[in-house]
Amino acid sequence: MAYSKKVLDHFKNPKNVGTLNKEDQNVGTGLVGAPECGDVMRLQIEVDPQTNMIKDAKFKTFGCGSAIASSSLATEWLKGKTVDQALAIDNMEIVEELALPPVKIHCSVLAEDAIKSAIKDYQEKNNLEVTVKMEEH
Amino acid sequence: MSEPRMIYLDNNATTPTDPRVVEAMLPFFYQNPGNAASRNHPFGWTAEDAVDKARQQIADLISVDSKEIIFTSGATESDNLAIKGVFEMYARKGNHIITAKTEHKAVLDACAKVEKMGGEVTYLDVDDTGRIKLADLENAITDKTILVSIMWANNETGTIQPMEEIGAICEKHGVLLMSDATQAVGKIPVDPKKVGVHLMAFTGHKMYGPKGVGVLFVNRKNPRVKVTAQMDGGGHERGMRSGTLNVPGIVGMGKAAEIAKAEMAEDAARLSALRDKLETQLKARLEEVYINGSSEHRMPHVTNLSFKHVEGEGLMMTFNQNLAVSSGSACTSASLEPSYVLVALGLGDDLAHSSIRFSLGRFNNEEDIDLTVDALVEGVTHMRNLSPIWEMYKEGVDIDAIEWASH
Repeated sequence: MAYSKKVLDHFKNPKNVGTLNKEDQNVGTGLVGAPECGDVMRLQIEVDPQTNMIKDAKFKTFGCGSAIASSSLATEWLKGKTVDQALAIDNMEIVEELALPPVKIHCSVLAEDAIKSAIKDYQEKNNLEVTVKMEEH
Repeated sequence: MSEPRMIYLDNNATTPTDPRVVEAMLPFFYQNPGNAASRNHPFGWTAEDAVDKARQQIADLISVDSKEIIFTSGATESDNLAIKGVFEMYARKGNHIITAKTEHKAVLDACAKVEKMGGEVTYLDVDDTGRIKLADLENAITDKTILVSIMWANNETGTIQPMEEIGAICEKHGVLLMSDATQAVGKIPVDPKKVGVHLMAFTGHKMYGPKGVGVLFVNRKNPRVKVTAQMDGGGHERGMRSGTLNVPGIVGMGKAAEIAKAEMAEDAARLSALRDKLETQLKARLEEVYINGSSEHRMPHVTNLSFKHVEGEGLMMTFNQNLAVSSGSACTSASLEPSYVLVALGLGDDLAHSSIRFSLGRFNNEEDIDLTVDALVEGVTHMRNLSPIWEMYKEGVDIDAIEWASH
């Protein structure tokens, strides 16, 4: 199976790899997937509480090239968005942007889950109304 | 800029065809086009002579009589012919077959078909090196058992089964023994008669011969074994496998067998030294590298390694533009199940997802190994820098204690 150029770019030069301090009040952390399923994503956001804007986003992913590219792309998209805008990101937009084949759609689903999970963590931590609906897969 | 050097370490998938084999095959496409079954003209005689010669070359490699060589299209067909053919031929004696969980899909799926046709199949577990337990085998044999099918060497790990002991058990109980020896023939000495194997499948393209030609060895005397043909037609190959013989392919497989017989020992010694170097260097330069399978009973050219907290398919992507290996992590299906062979060895799913198989071959050299080590060190480092579970592991978090959400 050949990978798209965009997947290869994100895989070879992933954006926003790293770790934010998960104890920080403004940081939300999402950890999704499982080692026995072959992919684990950790996605973190740092939110400006005044503007509700995502100032920074970092990720680390254990997984195939498509999983790494999906999470790298997700962090790129998150920066500069408000929390509400971030919640509107749909996995199919990731599929389209990266030209993922059908067998790799689950990678984009996982990235969407990671975004939602990070936002949920941020909202719960700050006693905000939790606006995230996590879907069961 | 020069083209990057391409390194092929996936010889268990298929081997390059030896140029000497190609040369032997070429006259049988245009110059000698005959059908080996055409008995009334020189074209047919030439083809028949060539097939006879190849049959002898292959028989010599495994120390059997040339009449015991049945040509097929490959090991998958040979496995199917042996298992389904014995099931039909010996239906009056019984309906029970014993095999192992780590067998190739050609054997497992043929056994699944037998179950659909009313047969019973026992799938033996293996120990943590991938070998069956002899006591399990003996306990599984009943008065309905007609066949035991155990592979000579495993394709993913290179683990070699105790064929001699298995043969002795089958002999004691009067049960036929079949072996898928696809990965062993031409690489290590394989002598089915010596160990009591009555049917044996193998193929040309894993021993530097062409694709599309394989063999089923069928023992002719003590006991005289027969299999029911799975394809109806002209009654070729002693009635066991109809179809016009693939003369160029057979000539090529014969030549490959002749070369293997002459060069096997030298190839094996050279490749096992290179394989050991690969393992030693990777273990020296990287943390948390594990060898999967048996280190003691193993094919000389294979190693299967897990790089902890790195996903195999992703790892391959760091170097697969110029280095070919294979991974036990199949991250392409909805289930995301890792290799059933590695899981049968008792590996955790995480280590199974982190596995890479390196299978060396006749045309690899030391430079290939040096470049492979460098590529793996770079790739594993890249992937670990990206891996959240590597970070947790380094911080001393117990990964197994985390409650992961399944998906």
